[in-house]
Amino acid sequence: MTDVLKLLRSAPPSAMFGLFVVLAYITVAILAPVIAPFGETEVVGYEYLPWEAPYFLGTDNLGRDMLSRLIYGARNTVGIALLTTCLAFLLGGLLGLIAATLGGWIDQLLSRVVDALMAIPQLIFALLILTVVGTSVTSLVLVIAVLDSTRVFRLARAVAMNIVVMDFVEAAKLRGEGLWWIIKSEILPNAMPPLVAEFGLRFCFVFLFISALSFLGLGLQPPTADWGSMVRDNATLITFGDITPLLPAGAIALLTVGVNFVVDWFLHKASGLRDEQ
Amino acid sequence: MSSRSESDLPLLLTMRGLRIEGRADEQWQEIVHGIDLDLKRGEVLGLIGESGAGKSTIGLAAMGFARDGCRISGGEILFDGIDLMKATEGQKRALRGARIAYVAQSAAAAFNPAHRLIEQFAEAPVQHGLRGRRESEAEAVDLYRRLQLPEPASIGFRYPHQVSGGQLQRAMTAMAMACKPDLIVFDEPTTALDVTTQIEVLASIRSAVEQFGTAALYITHDLAVVAQMTDRIMVLRHGHLVEEDQTRTMLAAPKEDYTKALWAVRSFRKPDTPPPDGVPVVSMNGVTAGYTSTDVLRNISIDIHKQRTVAVVGESGSGKSTAARVIAGLLPPRAGEVRFAGEVLPADYRQRSVEQLRKLQMIYQMPDTALNPRQRVRDVIGRPLKLYFNMDRAARENRIAELLEMIELEPKAFIDRLPGELSGGQKQRICIARALAAEPELVICDEVTSALDQLVAEGILKLLQRLQDELGLAYMFITHDIGTVRAISDEVVVMYQGEVVESGPRTEMFTPPHHAYTELLLSSVPEMDPDWLTNLLTDRRKAAPSG
Amino acid sequence: MLSHPIARIVGQRLLLGLLTLFVVSIIIFLAVELLPGDIAQEILGQSATPETVAAFRRQLGLDLPPYIRYFQWLGGILQGDFGQSLANKRQIAELIGARLGNTLFLAGLAAIISVPLSLALGILAALYRNSWFDRGINILTLSSISFPEFFVAYILIVWLSVNLGWFPSLSNVSTDLALGDRIYRSILPALTLTLVVTAHMMRMTRAAIINLLASPYIEMARLKGLKPMRIIVKHALPNALSPIINVVALNLAYLIVGVVIVEVVFVYPGLGQLMVDSVSKRDIPVVQACSLIFAATYILLNLLADVFSTISNPRLLHPR
Repeated sequence: MTDVLKLLRSAPPSAMFGLFVVLAYITVAILAPVIAPFGETEVVGYEYLPWEAPYFLGTDNLGRDMLSRLIYGARNTVGIALLTTCLAFLLGGLLGLIAATLGGWIDQLLSRVVDALMAIPQLIFALLILTVVGTSVTSLVLVIAVLDSTRVFRLARAVAMNIVVMDFVEAAKLRGEGLWWIIKSEILPNAMPPLVAEFGLRFCFVFLFISALSFLGLGLQPPTADWGSMVRDNATLITFGDITPLLPAGAIALLTVGVNFVVDWFLHKASGLRDEQ
Repeated sequence: MSSRSESDLPLLLTMRGLRIEGRADEQWQEIVHGIDLDLKRGEVLGLIGESGAGKSTIGLAAMGFARDGCRISGGEILFDGIDLMKATEGQKRALRGARIAYVAQSAAAAFNPAHRLIEQFAEAPVQHGLRGRRESEAEAVDLYRRLQLPEPASIGFRYPHQVSGGQLQRAMTAMAMACKPDLIVFDEPTTALDVTTQIEVLASIRSAVEQFGTAALYITHDLAVVAQMTDRIMVLRHGHLVEEDQTRTMLAAPKEDYTKALWAVRSFRKPDTPPPDGVPVVSMNGVTAGYTSTDVLRNISIDIHKQRTVAVVGESGSGKSTAARVIAGLLPPRAGEVRFAGEVLPADYRQRSVEQLRKLQMIYQMPDTALNPRQRVRDVIGRPLKLYFNMDRAARENRIAELLEMIELEPKAFIDRLPGELSGGQKQRICIARALAAEPELVICDEVTSALDQLVAEGILKLLQRLQDELGLAYMFITHDIGTVRAISDEVVVMYQGEVVESGPRTEMFTPPHHAYTELLLSSVPEMDPDWLTNLLTDRRKAAPSG
Repeated sequence: MLSHPIARIVGQRLLLGLLTLFVVSIIIFLAVELLPGDIAQEILGQSATPETVAAFRRQLGLDLPPYIRYFQWLGGILQGDFGQSLANKRQIAELIGARLGNTLFLAGLAAIISVPLSLALGILAALYRNSWFDRGINILTLSSISFPEFFVAYILIVWLSVNLGWFPSLSNVSTDLALGDRIYRSILPALTLTLVVTAHMMRMTRAAIINLLASPYIEMARLKGLKPMRIIVKHALPNALSPIINVVALNLAYLIVGVVIVEVVFVYPGLGQLMVDSVSKRDIPVVQACSLIFAATYILLNLLADVFSTISNPRLLHPR
């Protein structure tokens, strides 16, 4: 525990700021029903009311409280992005490690499939599939998780490849260890730092990606409070110089900036450790 | 070079109380502790020591340069009257390359892959405004000729990857001479080369330095090399000066214990034993193998008996490590077989039984990559005990302690350590313990001492010998180092380009007559005699039919 | 010349690119084919009788086996016939034509600004690494990578269009506009794209150069007494070309895709907007056509990057 505190105290201001932002978002997401003054989908007054109590940030295009929807949005948008990233890592990470460890035709097959899937831009692929299967939370999560797992696969495989060539892995193979033991005990512990950093970056990407789809009206569907759709729904206000629609967009930006700052620091720490050896 | 009279030459470089710090764990720690150094014009001074002695750092400091993560923190450096500690970056830039030049350890890495050799040669003279490009290129051809590079007129127009290692190292020496500098810093210039290549490079460097009367700092860990190349020697250890004297004086009578220990290294000899009988532990019969369609090994046969050490010796590309991989089952051969105690072993390790795997263990060259950095000593040594003998926790704990004592490490102090908390020699000892834990019959030692400092390496060799005497192990010792072969082997197998050129008991191998390649290999190993290189070159010139 | 390794590698890459394009066209075709949902039923609605649906399927050619339809589809595309839109029965090629031009114009404009800018910034940041300039630019680019495109776009609108009134917030361009006017109307979307991709390209350029600064040949260049700018430009840059080329290509490819959102924000009449509209209308043939064009551009750019970075490798360019 004292180690953690010491580590935190050594963090540069940007990383401190990032950590603070991430913690704040998590708190808001968990405590949403307690903090939010109104319900998520509750119509509380006229449309586009100005920033006055009790609607501190005004109301939206359907007369719902902007602040409350922003708070619930933390839960929905961040939660779904996190779930999707976890799925992508489970799928892509595991396959990547297996491909690198086994090599041979399994590696070839998996790599070629991933190459083919990666030859189509992600957003375009997602739009194509969502056209056919329709937009629901389940299909959204699954489609993005599968598409994103290709990127995770690439990285996990590349990282594991560098470890597999080490003599200690050869020693384990010659000792007669099985595939699972080698992945679990020899490769994974050494692959963790880059994978953790990548998790942060992938989360940002997925988060932005879902927000972009929502902004296009193809992501999370109404009446769920979601930051991307909130920008879209209230975009008209922009032309009148009202910055309310920028709030959800800013909420998205702030979290990704926060996560990126933390990852940047983490990568710097991790590479610094390597230099010393 | 001992023929020169140095006493009346003017001083070129002086260092007084030089202190250098390196950054570790986010704080500065001193790594060079107040070194005094004097170098006269035209003198060659050897800086020798093991890793961590600070010899390269001092060499770079002579150029007023410190690597990233290092800084010169105190003392005085005067180069020809110029105070390098007070000089501006611009003033130091004007000296570097022009009046002080540098020759790096690995020419293959120190030449920029994107430019031709001659462009890189001409860069310093042209950028310093000393020569025109044409003029400089003409000088390059002249220097290439003096350094005996093949096709001197055209070799400069090649890219670094198109030239062999030994030639590159000579091209780099030529590049250092491009501005006719007063001082050249040679930083382990032949360490990365094979012994037979090393000779040519040493000869070129020596003749070039003599012809131009250039002063030099010659940095190396190899005593025999320093004996050939220098007028005077400074022995360094942990950033301190141990001893300093004229080369011949110090070789003849070292004063300090550390120097004596360095000089005495490799005096260790395994006693001769009677030839073996019975079924060999491992035998390779007519093995031909390769990674692609070309064969790296051709028709190799080697027998290794119980309690015997077979040294497989050769230079890079000889196929000696491939032979080890075939025995280990990592590279199934195209023809031939490997037998263990008379029984044919499956060619692929994945088809071998756990018992077969257990009896054959391997120790690697780089202890850094042979140990998982995330596993503690307990896990590293405990795993084979669990896997092969299914020992429970308490039994393992006892056995790990026993094994640690066998490799001369205090169990309580080491059992909870991570590899990052061990020195290179300690790591290699842990690797040995891991192999012993399996209770093997044959241990393949693949260049196990070449990444270690000489004193540490000698400790490892003695340990391996003691273990063999106690446990009756058979060793297959892969090495490029003739000294190691002389010390530890019972039998020697000499390999060259994938074939066994000669094999037999150690005593036979080290007494003439030799196979031509063995002769070349043995005669190329530098000796401590300062006249060795001169004599060898004279002999070879006489032997050759025409210049 | 064919025996030269470069020619062989480039030839291999070209073939591989063609193969990839072929596989991608199959994926795009199959994605619609294999996933649940019946197009005919979708279009006609739940109230349609099975007979009308069957008749409509025949009319669309959906009763033929998939591989025949695939080759019909591909054959048509190769002759410039992308089929008919389900939503408005117009020829897709006609719908796409002018819009593709607009999209390429926008992406090209952004590329012309962002590529030189980010390379210059990347080199400067590498040269003055760990200075206040480098740190400032690090935080700035890290933030700008984190912003959603629409956030950047709306900030620019509020600032440059609503508050200052310099540029129009809607980019209603058409081909008959004069070039200057067209650029003027496209400046905000182009600027948005520039901000988004410059940050990434600049960071990667900096990283690629700094990666090399620890190499022995850079130390050698420093020990030859060369000036820092010469070390970066003459010794680091030629060896960092391959990663930089790849990053530039990746970002140009990203421009083509990122254009989708930017076009929607600025109501720019490009291919991206057409695609998004068609997705909402579930106009599958149009979506397929747009996907194929975007994917082809993407593959082409990656192929070019591959070829150029191969050529930039002296080991391959000058074999032993």
